[in-house]
Amino acid sequence: MNRYPAWLNSLVLVILLVGIMLALPNIYGSAPAVQLADIDGADITQTQLDNYVRALENDGIKPESAYLSDGRAVIRFAKGAIEDQQIAGERLRARYENESNVALTLAPSMPDWVRELGLNPMSLGLDLRGGVYVLLEVDMNTAVENRMKGYEQDFDDRLRDARIRHRVDLNNQVLTIRLQSAEDMEKAREIVSAADSDVLIGDGTDGKSLIVRMTEAQIKERQDFAIEQNMTTLRNRVDQLGVAEPLVQRQGVDRIVVQLPGVQDPTELQKILTATATLEFRMVDLTGDMPGSRRYPGRGDETPQILRREVIASGDEIIDAKSGFTNEGQPAVHITLDSAGGERMLATTRENVGKPMSTVFIEWREESVTRGGKTVSRKFKTEEIIGTATIRGVFKNRFQTTGLTPNEARELAVLMRAGALAAPVYKVDERTIGPSLGQDNIDRGFNAIKIGFLAVIVFMAVYYRWFGMIANVALLSNLVFIVAVLSLAGASLTLPGIAGIVLTVGMAVDANVLIFERIREELAAGVQPQAAINSGYEKALSSIADANVTTLIAAIVLLAFGTGPIKGFAITLMIGIVTSMFTAIIGTRAIVNLAFGGRKITSLPV
Amino acid sequence: MRILKNKTHIDFLGSTRRKIALTISAFAVIVSLGSLIVDDPPLEFGIDFTGGVLLEVGYPEPADIETIRSALATAGFEDAQVQRFGTDTDVLVRLPPQEGWNPDELREELRRTVAGDISNVQLRRVESVSPQVGKELAEQGGLAMIIALLLIFVYVMVRFQWKFAAGAVAALAHDVIVTVGFFSIFHLPFDLTVVAAVLAVIGYSLNDTVVAFDRIRENFFKLRGISAEESMNTSINEMLARTLITGFTTLFVLIALLLFGGESIAPFSIALIVGIVVGTYSSIYTASATALLLGVNAQDLLEPVKDPDLIDDLP
Repeated sequence: MNRYPAWLNSLVLVILLVGIMLALPNIYGSAPAVQLADIDGADITQTQLDNYVRALENDGIKPESAYLSDGRAVIRFAKGAIEDQQIAGERLRARYENESNVALTLAPSMPDWVRELGLNPMSLGLDLRGGVYVLLEVDMNTAVENRMKGYEQDFDDRLRDARIRHRVDLNNQVLTIRLQSAEDMEKAREIVSAADSDVLIGDGTDGKSLIVRMTEAQIKERQDFAIEQNMTTLRNRVDQLGVAEPLVQRQGVDRIVVQLPGVQDPTELQKILTATATLEFRMVDLTGDMPGSRRYPGRGDETPQILRREVIASGDEIIDAKSGFTNEGQPAVHITLDSAGGERMLATTRENVGKPMSTVFIEWREESVTRGGKTVSRKFKTEEIIGTATIRGVFKNRFQTTGLTPNEARELAVLMRAGALAAPVYKVDERTIGPSLGQDNIDRGFNAIKIGFLAVIVFMAVYYRWFGMIANVALLSNLVFIVAVLSLAGASLTLPGIAGIVLTVGMAVDANVLIFERIREELAAGVQPQAAINSGYEKALSSIADANVTTLIAAIVLLAFGTGPIKGFAITLMIGIVTSMFTAIIGTRAIVNLAFGGRKITSLPV
Repeated sequence: MRILKNKTHIDFLGSTRRKIALTISAFAVIVSLGSLIVDDPPLEFGIDFTGGVLLEVGYPEPADIETIRSALATAGFEDAQVQRFGTDTDVLVRLPPQEGWNPDELREELRRTVAGDISNVQLRRVESVSPQVGKELAEQGGLAMIIALLLIFVYVMVRFQWKFAAGAVAALAHDVIVTVGFFSIFHLPFDLTVVAAVLAVIGYSLNDTVVAFDRIRENFFKLRGISAEESMNTSINEMLARTLITGFTTLFVLIALLLFGGESIAPFSIALIVGIVVGTYSSIYTASATALLLGVNAQDLLEPVKDPDLIDDLP
């Protein structure tokens, strides 16, 4: 009686070994490292990596390990070698600025053979490693409005081409097309629905106007597009910042979470994330009275100019932008246009050699204003001329523009390379955790785990003697399993997550307490030891299952409704419940069977 | 080792004790609800719920709260709350949502103000939450609790019977109200982690209740011919050692978490400690007493399944 078949014992052993294996990377901790990502998003090659390492070694900096991970190069230094990391970061940045984005980070300091097995430690949440968390809300109204503006322009052009006299008004996402006479109605309707067969077209009350609006599906599609587009742009921008392991995630209908571990100054981040800066190139209107011409202010000492309505090239036609300096040493942005923009630039410059062209810097700035007791964020648009130059020769898609400070040039290059935001974003939640607080949180959390764990272990050993020791083995393996699952799932450990582990440690013994109490009851009722073990485990099973399922329900609800800190807690709690069922029921039984099963015993050390 | 002698025969559910317990429970619930209704605000909501700005500032030497407070007031932040956070050198500053400020300028202004003329002051943590997000979080938290209670009612009803389910949910509602009431009465900070803790309390207390119910069901079948009250009493006595031991081990770790886990996790630990003490009591009294009050008896469990072992194997 009370023997597990050999396969079951082996299975328990194998699972334990796998658990230990998966949890292994976590015991090595982390060390300062430098991470390099290709500036255009391509994978870093082994050759490039070798170059980086050689460059550092020539400077007398010896990395402990250097490898490729997810197309990025990671160069890790000895534990605590922050100085090496800083110097290496500077050197690499100076040397490879046009090739890669360099980020200072923490990398797991496990030996190479562990890494080559594809094992990874759990990542630490922002509250444990420091960093910035930002929740952005996408302005959906503007997203839809922008689309309507596109329609307005389109319908206007098409009706003009068809020589139908009309006036188009856009108000509150509703487009009103006023026609000269009722006779034009049918023709106009045909033109509009030919342009877009999905939009809703209704008749105006006056009998000679059309009311056009987007369908629900179109609006939804537009909103999804805006979110997706914004996320791509934000991701690009974050990559340009040179942050290791950034996270950009959609939350709910109209929100985007951005997490940047290790970033300490949210000011720069804020600018990059919410800024919508771009450039436009226009010819100066020398006569000053061409239709649609408008006066633009100059930035700083720049002379204001009257510029023509036609845009030669605008920000969304810029496919690459790099900051740098002109031959004269002025800060400049080197710009590459796409083919359409390039063609127009070519045509314009060919016809206008000797005439002045202006570069307009356009920026939307977010400011909080109070209106009717409510604070709302408003975007203010500023348009300034940053440079006017005489066209000296014909050029196409590659040229440079000046008139910015080095910082502005760098930021503008980042913004244009990353693409434009499809709709403005506003920050609704921002949390910055300093690195010292993160370290404190780790230290305190692990301290609490250690002390709580020790208290429980001593108590169990005293109270249930050898059976208590067996339960302690299960408890310890349970910790290993929680860490293993978290590492495997790539989940990040947060402070509430640590709290979840602590709580699991306290509650995980419950299953063993139920079993051991039951065994004691059976023994007290005069049942033989072997039979008592058996029925103790069997009869306690339904209670354990019920108890754990109910706790699991609470944890699942937490996971479903919780955000941020609550989720971290719920995940570890859930993992803990499941793994503790395994260790407390099957794990302890395997040991109990090995120790006491299959032989004659007269008493049990329980 | 044993904490209890071999078999206890405490008359938990005798009519006098039941009345006393009921009175205590009712009193605790009324005081809690009273505090939640009378107090304004009912709870010391953290900025998670109200929106606002929070700064955790680390000073190189013990900080003077009054100086910081008056510096903030001079700078126009009269409604700032300033308090020590864990150590003498750590200070927590809370502000209601600030209007008309650019977030970056606000942060810089606050940093300058709290630093005064002390150099190397660290901003250990800065959080700024808009009131709208806070409102959503509060709604979600409330919704989560209601859904958890509902699902649990269904589960217990399926596994046992509706009278037990009603008892379990009554006990849980009792635990939630008293735990939240505790935070209201003692003006403890109520943030998102406390909501998580209260939900964990629901899980824990239910765990306790279900284990007791499980034994009650077993004894309903085993001990024929005695009253439901006696049968339940025996069950609770049989499970008493387990209830107390699990309670102790969980409290051990939570006290470790409270003492060593740092200030920001303290409200979470307190909520769980209170909740587990109350939950242990309620699974003995409130849950069983409510089921008894609803007239639960062996027949309720006998009808649907003839052989209890058959369903015992289901998870």
